[in-house]
Amino acid sequence: MTDMTAPSGPMLAADGTPLKQSLARALRRQKRRALMLIAPLLLFIVVTFLMPIGDMLFRSVENSIVPDTLPLTVEALKDWAPSSGEAPGEPVFAALAADLKIAVAAKRHTRVGSRLNYETPGISSLFRKTGRKVKKLKEGDYREQFIKIHKGWGDVAVWETIKRLSGKYTTSYFLSSVDAEATEDGVRMKPEKERIYLFLLKRTLILSITITITCLMFGYPLAWLLANLPMRTSNLLMILVLLPFWTSLLVRTSAWIVLLQQQGVVNNVLVALGLVSDDNRLDMMFNATGTVIAMTHILLPFMILPLYSVMKTIPPTYLRAAKSLGATDWTAFWRVYFPQTVPGIGAGAILVFILSIGYYITPELVGGTSGIFISNRIAYHISSSLNWGLGAALGVMLLVVVLVLYGAYDRIVGIDNVKLG
Amino acid sequence: MKLTHVVLGAAAAALLSSAALAEEMTIVSWGGAYSASQDKAYNQPYMANNPGLNIINDTSSNEAVAKLRAMNEAGNVTWDVVDVVASDAMRLCDEGLAMVIDPDTMLATAPDGTSAREDFGDLLVSECYIPTIVYSTTFGYRTDVKAWGGREPDDICDIFDLENFPGKRSLEKRPINNVEWALMCDGVAPEDIYDVLSTPEGVDQALAKLATIRDNVVWWSAGAETPQRLADGEVVLGSTYNGRLFALIEEQKQPVKMLWDWQVFDLDGYIIPTGLSDERKARALDFIYFASDTQRLADQAKYISYGPARKSSGPLVGKHATLGIDMAPHMPTNPVNAVHTLLYNFEFWADNRDDIDAKFQAWLVK
Repeated sequence: MTDMTAPSGPMLAADGTPLKQSLARALRRQKRRALMLIAPLLLFIVVTFLMPIGDMLFRSVENSIVPDTLPLTVEALKDWAPSSGEAPGEPVFAALAADLKIAVAAKRHTRVGSRLNYETPGISSLFRKTGRKVKKLKEGDYREQFIKIHKGWGDVAVWETIKRLSGKYTTSYFLSSVDAEATEDGVRMKPEKERIYLFLLKRTLILSITITITCLMFGYPLAWLLANLPMRTSNLLMILVLLPFWTSLLVRTSAWIVLLQQQGVVNNVLVALGLVSDDNRLDMMFNATGTVIAMTHILLPFMILPLYSVMKTIPPTYLRAAKSLGATDWTAFWRVYFPQTVPGIGAGAILVFILSIGYYITPELVGGTSGIFISNRIAYHISSSLNWGLGAALGVMLLVVVLVLYGAYDRIVGIDNVKLG
Repeated sequence: MKLTHVVLGAAAAALLSSAALAEEMTIVSWGGAYSASQDKAYNQPYMANNPGLNIINDTSSNEAVAKLRAMNEAGNVTWDVVDVVASDAMRLCDEGLAMVIDPDTMLATAPDGTSAREDFGDLLVSECYIPTIVYSTTFGYRTDVKAWGGREPDDICDIFDLENFPGKRSLEKRPINNVEWALMCDGVAPEDIYDVLSTPEGVDQALAKLATIRDNVVWWSAGAETPQRLADGEVVLGSTYNGRLFALIEEQKQPVKMLWDWQVFDLDGYIIPTGLSDERKARALDFIYFASDTQRLADQAKYISYGPARKSSGPLVGKHATLGIDMAPHMPTNPVNAVHTLLYNFEFWADNRDDIDAKFQAWLVK
């Protein structure tokens, strides 16, 4: 006797409100509760992870040191055009004198000189030498006095650099990171001899993919063995896989140097066996080969462990069923077992790839010149040249590349298709 | 329960008492034999003179510049005295990260009354820097290379001579020193080197000369690599710091000899970071006064073959503390070794280091 015809109007919940609204409210409450539960962890990650990294990456565009140290000069330069072919006029130099007097007193003039030196070499000594003589400047006729202190002040290139870097934000670091530079006529690529970063980025990606593939080739059979042996043997072998983790990274890398160098163990054995002549020893170290071998050894556990975890969950009955249905060994493996391990391969491959892109210690030691990564240049800029802006810009570039590859991986394989166990 | 209380109480008491007694100071240096020599010559005597003071040795001088900048930005400088090479000191001084030192008031005079300013002389290359040693980057070569037919290299340009001295070389993975040697062996007079290097064509000329031996070069980035490679026989000629070669030849008795021709002098010494509290600054200045005086600099030469930066310390250099050999012939500043030398051109490289390094690295990877 219930009315089974079409409902009249929207569905209502028990308290009279429309069901859709009530449902939405319940879901919102659930989400809010979940958010509150993870709020402390989220805050922790934001403060200790995202904010410091964001601050570092922000340096890739930050340029406030120039307008903050030379405010009047920057203002006065607005009326000067580099195309005029000569250095700016007296008002700019008067502004420079005023700015430098304050900057020298606060000992900030050499800092801005260092920053500008990244764009045009020579500017750091310009600021350093001028800073020593700024107190003795006399009123008026500043242009002549400055050029007498150092003839660099009459150089159009110097003033063009200062004018280009007058803003609070700059693209100069990003342009350098893609081997380009900004000139008055627009953006152009650097001369062939100075281009390095795009080449290194390409090499980093290619070598990282190579390392991922070799890790997969070695790791898959090992994981299979570990997953299919009886528990006791498998545990023992697992300890052997994990043992390298407990050894220092530098020790492992140095061991590879000793093994693979031209006068090293492997070559000596081959020469003793007569397989290789003494003048023609194998060149396996201080080049890309050395990098691939050493990095594969170091990153192998990261491939084996996810694969092992996934393989452990695959019941052996599937393979037996496939064989009982008449499949050959290979067909059974390839069409029944392998697709089930794809999530593990995905997890292992992502781990190994992302780790190897960012590695710089091992390539530095064993890479020679043909096996170093872009991360080595980033490390150089952070530690030695103190050009943190360029280091940050290269870091952003690396991050963007990894995100793009991650997006591509998601399209092709699907992120939900990644399992760690 | 009682045992736990007792243990916790004892631990707390120990911590409190040690905190009350020991004043601490962190001195940063390069590690290895160099740090050991500084420890024996400066730190131990200073601690003996100041009971209750504990000097912590840190070995992060390699990243000192970046770490000091980060510490400064965070407003928490944890180092009291930092050992850096002169070019790093200039960079730190430029960035305002190192304290200005007045040699007249902060450094000791020589025993014969010469002022510190005169005693250090031209080696006071930066107003923030207290140089302690002169070291040089120079070459070592194996003495048992059959392919050389009994000849030994005695000229810097033998590095580029692959016919008479075949074999692998070990050069530093940066342009400094390498481009100067390359230009010198390409016919440029020593006094013109930096003028030539200021032009892009000059840099190309240096790189072209290096390209003639490039396939035979293994590049190093740490000072310990060349001695290791020479000992392994991996290279037959290699550049590194002279103190490392001394350790290889005299202490480890490897078949290697020194090639002193056209060694490049550089300075190593101390800076005091800015941002220290007044008492830490006073303590750091007191340490510097002690560690940079004439006798201390001469004492360090007993443990490592680096020349003292003060003129008055030279005559006081004696014998090696454990080997008992006379140190004077092994000093880079010894007139026999210093027939041809180059002094690292700080102004030039402060300006052009990044630019020429970019070109060098681009050349290196292709």
